[in-house]
Amino acid sequence: MRYLLRRLAFYIVTAWAALTINFALPRLIPGNAVQAALDKFQGQFSPGVEKALALQFGTNTKASLLTQYWHYWSQLFQGNLGVSTSEYPTHVSTIISKALPWTIALVGISSVISFTLGTLLGILIAWRRGGRLDALLPISTFLSAVPYFWLGLILVTVFGVSLHWLPFFQGYGQGVTLGLNWAFIGSAIAHGVLPAITIILSSIAGWMVGMRNMMVTTLSEDYVMVAQAKGLSDRRVMFTYAARNAILPNLAGFALQLGFVVAGSLLTEIIFSYPGIGVTLLNAVTSKDYPLMQGIFLVITLVVLVANFAADLLYVLLDPRTRQEA
Amino acid sequence: MSADQTRPGASAGPESTPIVLEARGLCVDYGTGEDAVQAVTYADLVLRRGEVLGLAGESGSGKSTLAYAMTRLLRAPGLITGGEVLFHDGRPESEGGVGTVSLLDAPPSKLRRLRWSEIAVVFQSALHALNPVITIQSQLTDVLATHRKHLSHRQRVDRAAELLGLVGINRDRLESYPHELSGGMRQRVMIAMALALDPQVVIMDEPTTALDVVTQREILDEIIRLRDQLGFSVLFITHDLSLLIELADSIAVMYAGRVVEQGGAQDLFHAPRHPYTLGLVHSFPSLHGTHRRLEGIPGSPPDLRHPPSGCQFHPRCPFADETCAQKEPPLTPLPITGPGFHRPRAASCWRQGDVVVPAPLALPEPEGVSR
Amino acid sequence: MSVDTPTQPSATGDNARPAGPRAASLRRRRTRPARRRRFSRKTYVGFGLLAFFILMAIFGPIAAPYDPSAAVGPSLVGPSSAHLLGTTQNSQDVLSQLLVGARTTLLVGFLAGLIATALSIVFGVTAGYLGGWGDESLSLVANLFLVIPALPLLIVLTSYLPGAGPLTTAVVISATGWAWGARVLRAQTLSIRNRDYIVAAKISGERTWRIVLFEILPNEAAVVASSFLFTVLFAILTQVALDFLGLVNVSGSWTWGTMLYWAQNDQALSVGAWWWFVPPGLAVALVGTGLALANFGLDELIDPRLRSAGLTRRSDAKLVRQGFTVVHRRPDAAATAHAPTGGGFTEVRLRANGNGRSEPVAATIGGAPEADAHLASQAADSAEVDTQAGAGNPTGVRADAVPQRQRDDAASEGRLG
Repeated sequence: MRYLLRRLAFYIVTAWAALTINFALPRLIPGNAVQAALDKFQGQFSPGVEKALALQFGTNTKASLLTQYWHYWSQLFQGNLGVSTSEYPTHVSTIISKALPWTIALVGISSVISFTLGTLLGILIAWRRGGRLDALLPISTFLSAVPYFWLGLILVTVFGVSLHWLPFFQGYGQGVTLGLNWAFIGSAIAHGVLPAITIILSSIAGWMVGMRNMMVTTLSEDYVMVAQAKGLSDRRVMFTYAARNAILPNLAGFALQLGFVVAGSLLTEIIFSYPGIGVTLLNAVTSKDYPLMQGIFLVITLVVLVANFAADLLYVLLDPRTRQEA
Repeated sequence: MSADQTRPGASAGPESTPIVLEARGLCVDYGTGEDAVQAVTYADLVLRRGEVLGLAGESGSGKSTLAYAMTRLLRAPGLITGGEVLFHDGRPESEGGVGTVSLLDAPPSKLRRLRWSEIAVVFQSALHALNPVITIQSQLTDVLATHRKHLSHRQRVDRAAELLGLVGINRDRLESYPHELSGGMRQRVMIAMALALDPQVVIMDEPTTALDVVTQREILDEIIRLRDQLGFSVLFITHDLSLLIELADSIAVMYAGRVVEQGGAQDLFHAPRHPYTLGLVHSFPSLHGTHRRLEGIPGSPPDLRHPPSGCQFHPRCPFADETCAQKEPPLTPLPITGPGFHRPRAASCWRQGDVVVPAPLALPEPEGVSR
Repeated sequence: MSVDTPTQPSATGDNARPAGPRAASLRRRRTRPARRRRFSRKTYVGFGLLAFFILMAIFGPIAAPYDPSAAVGPSLVGPSSAHLLGTTQNSQDVLSQLLVGARTTLLVGFLAGLIATALSIVFGVTAGYLGGWGDESLSLVANLFLVIPALPLLIVLTSYLPGAGPLTTAVVISATGWAWGARVLRAQTLSIRNRDYIVAAKISGERTWRIVLFEILPNEAAVVASSFLFTVLFAILTQVALDFLGLVNVSGSWTWGTMLYWAQNDQALSVGAWWWFVPPGLAVALVGTGLALANFGLDELIDPRLRSAGLTRRSDAKLVRQGFTVVHRRPDAAATAHAPTGGGFTEVRLRANGNGRSEPVAATIGGAPEADAHLASQAADSAEVDTQAGAGNPTGVRADAVPQRQRDDAASEGRLG
């Protein structure tokens, strides 16, 4: 499992780097925006919170950088992301833990659907090169260039405002109690449809074109020709020989894609006032709630790293060469 | 395994051996319209039952193109623009023989049935020819599952193990992936795979080029042994003429998409009748170490997009005269006379003629070979 | 890629195929447009779109009918002759905002693309050329920036820079946008590094910067261009997102992103003012499409395998994907003067076969009578085809095997001539 260990080490380094960037930014950037923001709350915080904020952002403190860094890490390991300034005295972790499940469910489900559909379509388009399916390529090029949130606006206008087919505001209907009851689940699904379609439509093109290009490259490999020389069925040639190999680089490119999907999804949530991380981030930005902003950045980064590692696991499952013990 | 299929060509005269695969006037282009490049021009090739036919030439001479086009495996933009390819099934119809099939006209369904069960291919690089992400076993059994539907899973696995045994690989390698095998082993697996359905023709595209010399030797011996044991015919593509001397019954030499000389292996090697063949013979050291002057052929093969006029070889040919620069010589049968002429042979060279042979070419056996 | 009917005879240079001046000129006339096309049509559409929007960015602010910030008409009216794209809630002209916004939007996008590409060249080429631990560490940094989600990082970053202007935005975006290009360039440099001419330059004592600038970079031009277009697309989308979130100076600075910001904040959606938010988003999408299509063309230039196969017939495409070489027998195949005569071939074979008096060969030859007939007809064709090119039956006996279309083509070609 050398491959996985190496990947794991890489993610740990990445996490360390991301967290350090997070620590360094308020200290490096001139202008002291954090100080200005905190000054507005002068006297509203308890002394303990003030001291913690000062240490967290390096404002108004005599402590050395190293002490601050040490404090930063010890707080992180205790799961303490600080106190939100805009929703004082709620902890940042509490706010995030409320919003995160919504985002993970929405983005997770849409991404799985998008990846599966896009990959299948990519296989088909490559296989039937020169056929009618090629018409999907320009369309997908357009879709991949559309800002997610703008597509969300269009979908809301057409299917929400004009046609009244689907709800488009927040994550569940009013008068529904949050919890495991059918009314809530049904409402949540209905509210999730339009944002999910937005994310799927915008992200599917990337998977599709990527898979198509890899398939085209793979189809010219010798082993595909051998499979055809063997007289195997088109299905087996297409899936077991071509697609099975073509999907590997596509999976390896998962990280790049995921960054785009996450970014787009955050903005999509804002259009739909979806109760996820995206809206929370917007609120944090508009109210200059720096602890919340930093906490969200951390959590998103960690979730993305976990998702990448999951993709690596899948990769190892699909490519025997990575399982080699060297 | 049809053990009764002994090597027919061994005792009877070579001409009486039935033909199993032949190309007639085959033309192949790459691309269409003005971009088209004529890669193979009017190629004739006759592969006889149980024989090894060597197809030799420099890279880019069209030898692989010809072989793949004959099996309809050549990829786009490769396009067959003329000629015939006929497969003559050696089995009687009572045993499922299909008689004579025109491979250029048969529908895909029919071709698919013939593929691998009658005509199998061994590729140059087994590393690239084996699917890297599935096991050796499933690559051996999927062809059985496709063509021998009556076999149970158990029987297919047994057959796969038997095939590995045939090329000297242990059964426990069935679960291996290609990257876990050495280069020689991969090529053996490839050969085992080619023999899975007991085909009548095996096309071998430089099967030893990617291997080191020792392994190369082993694989060649393996091929010779299996051919003697199973009696399939081989179309052996190589740029190494010296390999063919030991292996091939007859040889066709290609240059610039044309078959420029064909004949019995020994005849052709000892008494080349085309200046290009002469050059090739002098380009390679023999595996058996007889000393020979190594002379490359000056110049380089023609750009097929802008081929020279007349004989394609004339710009590099030491014997060329005005005729050669103007008219392209046809592949002409040579009279069967003199020592070193055991099989029908033909060459396309103006200076060759029926009677007049340019002096250096007339030497029946170049120095150092007669011993 | 030529997509002409494959029945066309190959014209591999004039001297090679003296198939009669008439046929040659006919052929040339029909294939010229296909031959000239180096890129696919998609690529041209892409560059066309790009050119349109670049012109818009240059001349837009001059051509704008109104001051984009001024109240110039009724509030929230749809497209009319006075306001082609309607007005905003604050009675501003949407078309003017779109035209003025084009400049800043594209400027930031291309500027960020330039900076990021420069960074990716520095990082990628250095890593690829150095190898060893230098490569390891630079690659680690690049991969790190690829995995860390860019937009959240940018949001945090810009939030420390309140009211950032376009230049700051461009710089900030390029700080996260260089990693992808660096990775691609590193791979490309690795593959070039050990080529003969680089090694030769090294041995001859060429300075490293000269090797990189004059030997390596020119060979990576297509990859650099492709990565530039990709980065510009990334930069424009990111910039629009940052503007939309209100992270930059949104008042008075008109970009397509700030237009969307105001549309969102002034409830354009709930009042159904589609003319307000559709144009800027569509413009972004079209610029993006242009960039992606142009990139597509470059990709095809780098990897020709991505090009669609030049076989236009559906039946051909099916054959190709099933792994069967397409057969199109050329009607005039036997007519070319430079080819050996059919007679010579027949003789060879007859000699070879005829010597065997034993029955297997005789049976073989007898077993394929149509093939022999075909040969005969091939010889006959060589006499005929010159005078009546392609009129009727191109292969002699096997008329049934020739696709109908091919025969039609042959016939029509005959008529044209």
